Amino acid sequence: MSTTTHSGSNRIAGAGRLTPAKTVRFTFDGQNLTGLEGDTVASALLANGIHLVGRSFKYHRPRGILSAGSEEPNALVDIERDKSRKQPNVRATVQEIYDGLKVKSQNRWPSLTFDIGAINDVFSPMLPAGFYYKTFMWPKFAWKTIYEPKIRAAAGLGVVPGEADTDRYSNRFAHCDVLVVGAGVAGLAAALSAASTGATVMVCDEQPEAGGALRYESDVVIDGVSGHEWAAATVAKLEAMDNVSVLTRTTAFGYYAQNFVGLVERLSDHLSTPAADMPRERLWQVRAKKVVLATGAIERHMVFANNDRPGVMLASAARMFLNQYGVAVGRKVGVYTANDSAYAAAIDLKRAGIDIPVIVDTRDNPNSPIVEEARSLGIEVLAGHAVYSAGGKRRVSSMSIRPNRGGDERKVAVDALIMSAGWTPSVHLFSQSRGKVAWDAANERFLPGTYAQDCVSVGACNGTDGLQATLDEAFAAGGGKAGSVPATGGAGWVGGMIGSAPGAGADTTVKAFVDFQNDVTAKDVRLAVREGMHSIEHVKRFTTNGMATDQGKTSNLHGLAIAAEALNRPIPAVGLTTFRAPFTPVTFGAIVNHARHDLFDPTRRTPMHAWHAAQGAEFEDVGQWKRAWYYPQAGEDMHAAVNRECVAVRNHAGIFDASTLGKIEVVGPDAAQFLELLYTNPWQKLGVGRLRYGIMLREDGFIYDDGVVGRLAEDRFHVTTTTGGAPRVMHHMEDYLQTEFPHLDVWLTSTTEQWAVIAVQGPKAREIIAPLLEGMDISNEAMPHMSVREGKICGVPTRLFRMSFTGEAGYEINVPADYGQAVWEAVYERGKPLGLTPYGTEAMHILRAEKGYIIVGQDTDGTVTPQDAGLTWAIGKNKTDYVGIRGLLRRDLVADGRKQLVGLKTVDPRQVLEEGAQLVANPNQPVPMTMIGHVTSSYWSENCGRSIALALVVDGTKRLGETLYVPMPNGVIEVEVTGTVFFDEKGERLNG
Amino acid sequence: MKPLLRPLRTDIQETRQTMLLIKCPYCDEERPELEFRNAGEAHLVRSSSIVEQSDDDFAAFLYFRQNPKGLQFERWRHIHGCGRFFNAVRDSVSDKFLTVYKAGEPRPNVEQFVVQPAAPVEPGEEPQAKPARGAKKAEV
Repeated sequence: MSTTTHSGSNRIAGAGRLTPAKTVRFTFDGQNLTGLEGDTVASALLANGIHLVGRSFKYHRPRGILSAGSEEPNALVDIERDKSRKQPNVRATVQEIYDGLKVKSQNRWPSLTFDIGAINDVFSPMLPAGFYYKTFMWPKFAWKTIYEPKIRAAAGLGVVPGEADTDRYSNRFAHCDVLVVGAGVAGLAAALSAASTGATVMVCDEQPEAGGALRYESDVVIDGVSGHEWAAATVAKLEAMDNVSVLTRTTAFGYYAQNFVGLVERLSDHLSTPAADMPRERLWQVRAKKVVLATGAIERHMVFANNDRPGVMLASAARMFLNQYGVAVGRKVGVYTANDSAYAAAIDLKRAGIDIPVIVDTRDNPNSPIVEEARSLGIEVLAGHAVYSAGGKRRVSSMSIRPNRGGDERKVAVDALIMSAGWTPSVHLFSQSRGKVAWDAANERFLPGTYAQDCVSVGACNGTDGLQATLDEAFAAGGGKAGSVPATGGAGWVGGMIGSAPGAGADTTVKAFVDFQNDVTAKDVRLAVREGMHSIEHVKRFTTNGMATDQGKTSNLHGLAIAAEALNRPIPAVGLTTFRAPFTPVTFGAIVNHARHDLFDPTRRTPMHAWHAAQGAEFEDVGQWKRAWYYPQAGEDMHAAVNRECVAVRNHAGIFDASTLGKIEVVGPDAAQFLELLYTNPWQKLGVGRLRYGIMLREDGFIYDDGVVGRLAEDRFHVTTTTGGAPRVMHHMEDYLQTEFPHLDVWLTSTTEQWAVIAVQGPKAREIIAPLLEGMDISNEAMPHMSVREGKICGVPTRLFRMSFTGEAGYEINVPADYGQAVWEAVYERGKPLGLTPYGTEAMHILRAEKGYIIVGQDTDGTVTPQDAGLTWAIGKNKTDYVGIRGLLRRDLVADGRKQLVGLKTVDPRQVLEEGAQLVANPNQPVPMTMIGHVTSSYWSENCGRSIALALVVDGTKRLGETLYVPMPNGVIEVEVTGTVFFDEKGERLNG
Repeated sequence: MKPLLRPLRTDIQETRQTMLLIKCPYCDEERPELEFRNAGEAHLVRSSSIVEQSDDDFAAFLYFRQNPKGLQFERWRHIHGCGRFFNAVRDSVSDKFLTVYKAGEPRPNVEQFVVQPAAPVEPGEEPQAKPARGAKKAEV
């Protein structure tokens, strides 16, 4: 036997498939190490003789590498590419190494070998499952200040990275006839068979290379070549076909309705210097006509005392490390098994020159040929024996063996201990597809039972034992005519044991781990049953068995068996917890994908946005819209700017971008009748060329939306809605038109983005726009308040609305969106010498509040009727039907004691109330006080020279003149209840 | 050239997970769930003389819903497609759409969807497709 120290002292020359010359340098906790291209972190560490890779979640026990695959519960490490690209809790058995990779161990301080937190292990008798439910109950305040922060700091695994992830993540949709999950022998055979029919086939496998168990099985011959060669040849054949895609490093993590499967493909995690434009991961959203599950089986560990010592690992893992990576997991490797498959690992290791001191088999009389083969190689086989304990702390050093029938204990020195309790079919995705598993009592395993979708399981995940049977089944499942291929070799998947091994039974208190990642022992599971947890769902939550990031891939069945034994009930009666997506952890990056930063949500900008930005406007978000909030001039703060804008509108004129208002064109012979039904107001008699303020209710009688509606022709209305309400109003209208009033001949068209809307408001509004118009008489007589005319402005077609949301005479100029900015600029240039001032949404809010005009959603909250809001005048008195008419008759809506909209004036005019502040009648009453209303809108009004507010107050309209109180943290504020109009109460300015 | 892996028009796409396929009876096509919006229980009829309706009848129309475990009649809108409202029979246990039909068409006979379990049903488990209790109550 010769070794190469180049890529680790445990690298066996001639073993494995990596190329010795292709070395890779990486660090582990700062230590410089060398591995080989194709190594995982786990295989490279083992090659360098490192077994201790982390500390456990709760007891801070030293932990090593259990498996060689994605089921790994123990070896979780922190991977760092650079400061912003860090990931905690990465399975060392999955992460491939690359030049410059930085790996750090987790949950230890100050160092991995000396960890203060390990004191928890000493005090572990005081920390059984569920201890925190009972121990840290008093005093109450300590929960928040001491217990939770301290427990959280002591427990846990990796640390969340502090910086934003700079990686890119990509997303693809795909449709295929057949999706094959898993590219082991079963998956490859099924894919080949399906592809031969001409079907479009996708095959995915979580490993970097296809083959599954063929990657470590040394005795398989398929179609005359070794299993690994057959896999490689099959992949090459598949990849050459136009109708097949093979995706490696791709995990099928979720199986949803109607054969919708989520895959995540890892593209750059194994590369030293990925291209800058390369996504790190790609999310595949696959819709398959048929899904073939070839997800294999997962080996279980033996449940015995100190089975978590570094160096204690699954037999199949040891075989993978040897046959794929050329790494011996130890020099003196003990074997503990309850089935045949560990023998194959022992034999492979022995043949590679590794000392196998003993195979301990719990079975009394194992008699397969492979047992004889082991014996013939000179390996001692102790049948009917059990390992009672593993010795050593930071690395296993011995195994203590006892005969099952009693007798002396024997201690054997080892530096690694490989084990197998048998195989658990991987039914996770089948279960996610809502298929029901069935208990195979003879072999103590759950298998796919009733299928819920067009899906088939093949191979080990289906409980199919034997290589030839697997191939036959998989070829048949693929639907091809070619038929199967001959094969020999391979391990079986049956046999073994579930639950605690001898020496870790109910009469013991040893630490025999069931769930390594959450530090759950057999003892904890029994305690849960004693504490009254009789359902596996309760046992699971009490102990946290199977609730870690590995989802109990190695532990679930053991935990279930121990609980069933303690309950003295059969396993199917105790039940199996539900498997949920994701199969293995998926990064937030893959899920969030492109939907972040600017692409998180669409940003809507008005046609005049660039002008506002050039003027230095501050913007506010209104739904998806960016709206100009105010236009600060040099040296102005927001307050000063808004005051200036408000005064300018009332003294001269203001220009405002109202393009975000929702706009719906309602057209057809029955358009007026339709609006009669959708709005409270009467529409039939509204003259062509006139405008009306409309209120839309829900069927329950509460205000849903409002807006000004213009009648352009007998059969054509231009409806406006609130900015935020546009989509739901359209939906609401369509709903009634299509389903309640389908007899009406009406068409609805959203025109929100087709019109730019320029509001010009103020005493000089007419003077400003008149010269820009062509052939339109906008004199007060020809075009009074609340009218609409069509014509041209600046040569552009316009719908000119004379209307006001400020209380001033004013116009809203609708022009086709593409002309919005040009017309805006022309109006502004014309008006600037006359004092025309751009004003933003803040000034708009104040100006409308000075007039008591409500904003739906601010002064209403979905429980406010038109009567509550003082809008009874907007309800058509003679109407016999409209949406909400019956709702308004409800007893509680017509009773006294409803909150009604009123104005509030603070006794101190400089004091501005807080929106949302509560109102009380008597500030001296004991707490909790009886609250009779709340402030809905509140501003400083420069035009009024005082603060103003609107509020919803119980029986508010009967309280005009009353004094109410607003209790605030800094004292009680006295307010007078007033009407809602604070400025130009008679409304004369509208007609100016 | 592999048609399946042909680059799509852009890699920037809707990332919400599409799950169910729903057939729009107007488009006569199965489309992903995210093109649709649920619109509540179907076959609720707004009275043509709603003002005269008693408080109880109005409350039943406005508020009371079946929300059954099993088959339910519900309204959907193909909002990011043709925009039409239609009706569907869906099993609220399995999420499975059993049929879809156009607005205004009569309620389909649900008996056709009830699967009689071949074997005796396990205790505590209900047959999957059971018509909702009182499902016919709201029918006109």
